[in-house]
Amino acid sequence: MEHTTQLVPLNWYLLLSTFLFCLGVMGVLIRRNAIIILMCIELMLNSVNMLLVAFSSYSGNSDGQVFVFFIMVVAAAEVAVGLALLVSIYRNLGSTDIDLLNKLKW
Amino acid sequence: MTFLGLMIPLLPLLGFLVNGLLGKYLPKGSAGWIGSLSVLASFVCVLLIFKDLQAEQAISIDVFNWIALGDFSISFGLWIDALTMIMLMVVTGVGFLIHLYSIGYMHGDEGFTRFFTYLNLFIFFMLLLVMGSNYLMMFIGWEGVGLCSYLLIGFWYKNEPFNDAAQKAFVMNRIGDLGFLLGMFFILFHFGTLDIQTVEQLAPGLASNGGLIMIITLLLFIGATGKSAQLPLYTWLPDAMAGPTPVSALIHAATMVTAGIYMIVRSNVLFALAPDTLTIILWVGVITSLFAAIIGLKQNDIKKVLAYSTVSQLGLMFVALGLGAFSSGIFHLVTHAFFKALLFLGAGSVIHALHGEQDIRKMGGLKKLIPITYITFILASLAISGFPLLSGFFSKDEILAHAFEQNKIVWIVVAVSSFLTAIYMFRLVFLTFFNNFRGSDETRSHIHESPWTMTFPLVVLCILAVLGGLIGLPAIFHVSHWLNTYLASVTEPSAALIHHGDGISHGLEIGLMCFAGLAAIVAIYLMYRKYVMQKAIPESEESQQGFIKAIANKFYVDEFFENAIVNPVFKLSEWFGTFFDKKIIDQIVNRTATTITSGGQALRLSQGGNTGTYVLAMVIGIVVLFIIRLLI
Repeated sequence: MEHTTQLVPLNWYLLLSTFLFCLGVMGVLIRRNAIIILMCIELMLNSVNMLLVAFSSYSGNSDGQVFVFFIMVVAAAEVAVGLALLVSIYRNLGSTDIDLLNKLKW
Repeated sequence: MTFLGLMIPLLPLLGFLVNGLLGKYLPKGSAGWIGSLSVLASFVCVLLIFKDLQAEQAISIDVFNWIALGDFSISFGLWIDALTMIMLMVVTGVGFLIHLYSIGYMHGDEGFTRFFTYLNLFIFFMLLLVMGSNYLMMFIGWEGVGLCSYLLIGFWYKNEPFNDAAQKAFVMNRIGDLGFLLGMFFILFHFGTLDIQTVEQLAPGLASNGGLIMIITLLLFIGATGKSAQLPLYTWLPDAMAGPTPVSALIHAATMVTAGIYMIVRSNVLFALAPDTLTIILWVGVITSLFAAIIGLKQNDIKKVLAYSTVSQLGLMFVALGLGAFSSGIFHLVTHAFFKALLFLGAGSVIHALHGEQDIRKMGGLKKLIPITYITFILASLAISGFPLLSGFFSKDEILAHAFEQNKIVWIVVAVSSFLTAIYMFRLVFLTFFNNFRGSDETRSHIHESPWTMTFPLVVLCILAVLGGLIGLPAIFHVSHWLNTYLASVTEPSAALIHHGDGISHGLEIGLMCFAGLAAIVAIYLMYRKYVMQKAIPESEESQQGFIKAIANKFYVDEFFENAIVNPVFKLSEWFGTFFDKKIIDQIVNRTATTITSGGQALRLSQGGNTGTYVLAMVIGIVVLFIIRLLI
């Protein structure tokens, strides 16, 4: 008996995931606001998560889904650190525009 | 006996350490006695062993296993047999007398302690050289005596030409040493061992590979030409006279320069298996002996005459070796050590009396003023000239007899050079001791006989120089030739390999001896007539012409080396220094540095600090990697 998730063909998951990932990359590249960039990174992470879940479901192996939980935990921790950094940056510069963060050079 | 054997080299080493490390704290002048007594003690050890050791016996002492690599090993071993015994007695016996002499000669020199330190170190290395049981041990001694020779030639280091002479000796010796070293590598590669006795036993088995034995022996012989001052590497020895006179006597007459002879006799089986090498040795010896004797005719420095005489006599020893008469070579080595050491010490005594004057044109009339030196010197000169019944007469006659038996041309040349020996020696004697003093009156008033520490060695060596021939009386005296019998165990293995003539009849031998003796007497008479009766004095350098001038200038060999080797090397190094180094090496290094610097200048601009750029670069990089992954 098929799961409901398997009603959708695997390719669609792949395409959606790729689309989301590219969206995340574009966001990181194009946007200036550090908060948006952080969100785009989350988007990339979640696109990968979705891929993991899809493969896990199609191969009948739950390892991938367990892995996703780990990723979500790590991502939450990372976001906490990232946002803390952002707050600190905002307090120092009065802005979250990453183009202002160009002191780290030669 | 093992203990005594170990003591022989260790005692001089101890003397060296005490003088070298504690010399500063010891009372002034004690260094001389420490040095002399350590060698005397070593000599006593040698005599004690000599008393108990039968001629055919040998003592082998393995001090420790030095190098062990798999199944190959080199032991730090000593080997004492008949040949070693002879060398040990010469080195420690003559060595002790010269040490004693140096106490008087070097008295008051600021480097007194340093002198005896070097001298003891030299004796130690020389003993190691003759006692070493393998070629590597011999090589240590070989290099060590070379080092001490260098240190002692340049002993008065404040004098620049003396330093140059020391360096010349060292460099020329190195050329020879390279030959020895290569010979050792060949032996190691083909025999698998450096142990001399083993090599001697294995050698006949490899004789079918004639070329190999010839290469080995030739390389060893090159080593011998360096150390024993043969053509073409002899020019360092006359210059080595820059050192103090006892050094000339010990190192450059009696012991170190005979190391080459010893080494060849030690490996006599190897050499006997390579007849071509023996022929080369023979002719090198013949030419050297004549060449040096001719140069000796026109030298005016008392020590230079003796130096060329040494080169000539060493050539004579090589003639003996080349003829396969190994024990005759050793016989002449021993008698030569006696009379040549005596001649040098006598010359030292003369120089000491004249406060450093070495030019025989400014001497003369010394026989009344320094009688002991005079008597011993003239007896030594008679011995070296081959005056009947003195030591040199027997040892030279033995070589001449061998030459007459095997090769008449060699005999003629050697006879001529030994005739010339008498000429230059008595030219020296008559100019130094006869007629009237030719120096300044002030010098004359200071002339005095040397102290007993100097005259005692002269007298002892004089007795040896006169009676030394007794160890090798020829068969016509109806006694056995002691030295030949004693050395039989060493030379026997090679005797079978060399084709000796049938020997010459007693009548012929007596004829040859009379001829040689007569020649010496004629030479002495000729010189007497010229320098005593006619009171001739050698002409000054300017008035010399043609061949005489060439002789006085040593056939321009030094100038030839200077122009053919030294100057081109200097030119080449100058070119390398000014052109190759500056224009090529420096340019390569500098260009590399500037390229990297300017490249860095350009590349650093890409590090703009803008996060967006970095991320873009990263993404592009990943995309490129993907594309590559897809394409391949």
